[in-house]
Amino acid sequence: MSGERPQSPTLYSAVGGVAGERGGAETPSVSAPARLRAALKRIDIGWSLITGYTVAVYLFMFIPVAIVMLLAFNASQFGAFPMEGLSFRWFVALWNNDAIVRAFRVSFLLGGLTALISTTLGVLAALAIVRYRFPGKNLISTALVAPILVPEVVLAVALLLFLRWLDIPRSFFLLLCGHVIFTLPFVLLVVQARLVTIRRDVEEAAMSLGAGPIATFFEVTLPLLMPAVFAGMLFAFTISFDDITGTLFWKPGGLETVPTQIFAMLRHSVSPEINALGTVMILLTVGLPLLGAGIARRMARTRGG
Amino acid sequence: MNDQAHAVEIREVAKRFGDFTALHPTNLHIGEGSFVTLLGPSGCGKTTTLRIIAGLLEPSQGDILIKGARVNDTPIHRRNLGLVFQNYALFPHKTVFDNVAFGLKYRHVSRDEMADRVAKALELVQLPHLADRFPRQLSGGQQQRIALARAIVIQPDVLLLDEPLSALDANLREDMRVELKRIQDQLGITTIFVTHDQAEALAMSDRIVVMRDGLIEQIGAPEEVYNRPASEFVARFLGNSNVLPGRVESRDDRAIKVAIDGVGTILTEAVEEEGAAEGDPVRVVVRAEKLQLAAPEAQAEAGTSILPGGVEAVDYQGQAARYFVSVNGHQMQAVNAIDERPFRKGEAVSVRIRARDCVLLPSSKTEG
Ligand SMILES: Nc1ncnc2c1ncn2[C@@H]1O[C@H](COP(=O)(O)OP(=O)(O)OP(=O)(O)O)[C@@H](O)[C@H]1O
Ligand SMILES: [Mg+2]
Repeated sequence: MSGERPQSPTLYSAVGGVAGERGGAETPSVSAPARLRAALKRIDIGWSLITGYTVAVYLFMFIPVAIVMLLAFNASQFGAFPMEGLSFRWFVALWNNDAIVRAFRVSFLLGGLTALISTTLGVLAALAIVRYRFPGKNLISTALVAPILVPEVVLAVALLLFLRWLDIPRSFFLLLCGHVIFTLPFVLLVVQARLVTIRRDVEEAAMSLGAGPIATFFEVTLPLLMPAVFAGMLFAFTISFDDITGTLFWKPGGLETVPTQIFAMLRHSVSPEINALGTVMILLTVGLPLLGAGIARRMARTRGG
Repeated sequence: MNDQAHAVEIREVAKRFGDFTALHPTNLHIGEGSFVTLLGPSGCGKTTTLRIIAGLLEPSQGDILIKGARVNDTPIHRRNLGLVFQNYALFPHKTVFDNVAFGLKYRHVSRDEMADRVAKALELVQLPHLADRFPRQLSGGQQQRIALARAIVIQPDVLLLDEPLSALDANLREDMRVELKRIQDQLGITTIFVTHDQAEALAMSDRIVVMRDGLIEQIGAPEEVYNRPASEFVARFLGNSNVLPGRVESRDDRAIKVAIDGVGTILTEAVEEEGAAEGDPVRVVVRAEKLQLAAPEAQAEAGTSILPGGVEAVDYQGQAARYFVSVNGHQMQAVNAIDERPFRKGEAVSVRIRARDCVLLPSSKTEG
């Protein structure tokens, strides 16, 4: 097929040339559509190659995830195919595993607090950066976003060494601080982007009507900012919930989050319980942002954003 | 002290941004209930002045007084002002009702009274049926009316408007102009209005403050500013004017004869405060509408000057026409009502100028 393809344009143009000598006007109508058809066919093949390749890449990425989720429902003792029937036994086992339930509790608490603190700080920082002028503003705004750019391991080791140097023992509080530091940039960027679209004169109108700066913030700025605040909060929660690198470095002994718990369990054996745990994690970290995005979009619509 | 008579007073107020002076030291009194317009070209400091009065901008020097009390240290939310912006600035997340009711929440007003006052304000701007809508569901003109309702429902001491009509299209702008003036008359509220549109300023104001490069050029009633411009800038900014440089040839107590450079002699009415002596360089300002074209054989009457000229171009406008007339090689503009037929290009005419339509300006000030 492809061997004769390069020839076809020459063939067609040769025919066209003959036709041209014979009867001028109809020449283009004979050769042009034919040439076009040939070109389209070539493009078709190109496209199907690209499509096929893309599909292959995605399959490669998602098949393992799908397998994990599938095997979580496997009734067999061993996490392998063929599956021996559907069952929720591994989820039940999870529920009865104290270590895992404890890890979930820690992760939720940590994620929740991280989201709360990060969002509060992020909103305040965004307000300062967008609405006020102060010395060192550029430096501060860069420093706040820097944790995104620095590799997490480097950040984790640096903070750990710093704490060693200060002779502060690791604790839940410090773990929380670490999570806040590297979720803050995400919140800040999202909130900042929304804040610049909120017109200053809307706030000025509120103030002229008698609302002080604080009332103006809660009556006007915050409601208009809400979709971004909400999105930032979800970001912070999921990132914190997902995180393993920093957490491994910072967590005090005896405290496990879900990812570090999985990590610890993997050291012993690959039990089907882990498949079930993975499934729960996937549902949480994919489902929450999707849910959040939906809610944020609806909020943005009703708030005229 | 007659401070009570002034709703707003600014004393020696100036604003500098770094090296740049946006507003030179300025004094201004605004009488209770009057409609004052700040008029001037872009960048002349109108918004700066308004924002200083509102408390959105700190002056570099000087005092601001509202109802006789110094308010320099009063933050905007305690100044009791109504502000209307060019882009409406309605709260997009609140209904029309909540937008208008917003200011009342900070004024200890009962629920019933609030509903009552909002309804009245919406009636005043003729949109009583839109209370449940959101701003994005309104047209530009409707949004600006709601913004106005929101500003007046709190019964502010002063209403400040920064080019409130410039975002509207031409027809709507004229309707809103009439509407705004009606509401202002009805409420008798002291109003400071900012615009760069001379027609708006002339139509609505009790007094016009003409500004240029951070300085006040002239303050006066519309007719005064229009007919007796204090400077060439004012004359040119408000409509078409002819500014003719010349020298005082002779004067008595009723008339001053001015020799216009290269054109001829014209007679102007003597106004006592003008201290132009014989031989002084002066400029004579004549509005284009006051320059009367007539057949070339017309004779000078008492109190008028006649100059011979030729029509160079005609801009036909229906009931009137604008002529570009050459008088001894100097171009002048005349806007005349058309009687039977307009003068034609190339026609010889006589240009008639009445002495009382001339404004004499000293030419000491160098102006562009
Ligand atoms: N924050 C600022 N920093 C520096 N210069 C400023 C600032 N605000 C205004 N200016 C300058 O001050 C001058 C007056 O500005 P202002 O906004 O008062 O003009 P305006 O008369 O309202 O003009 P327009 O009709 O275009 O609105 C302008 O030259 C402007 O560039
Ligand atoms: Mg302005």
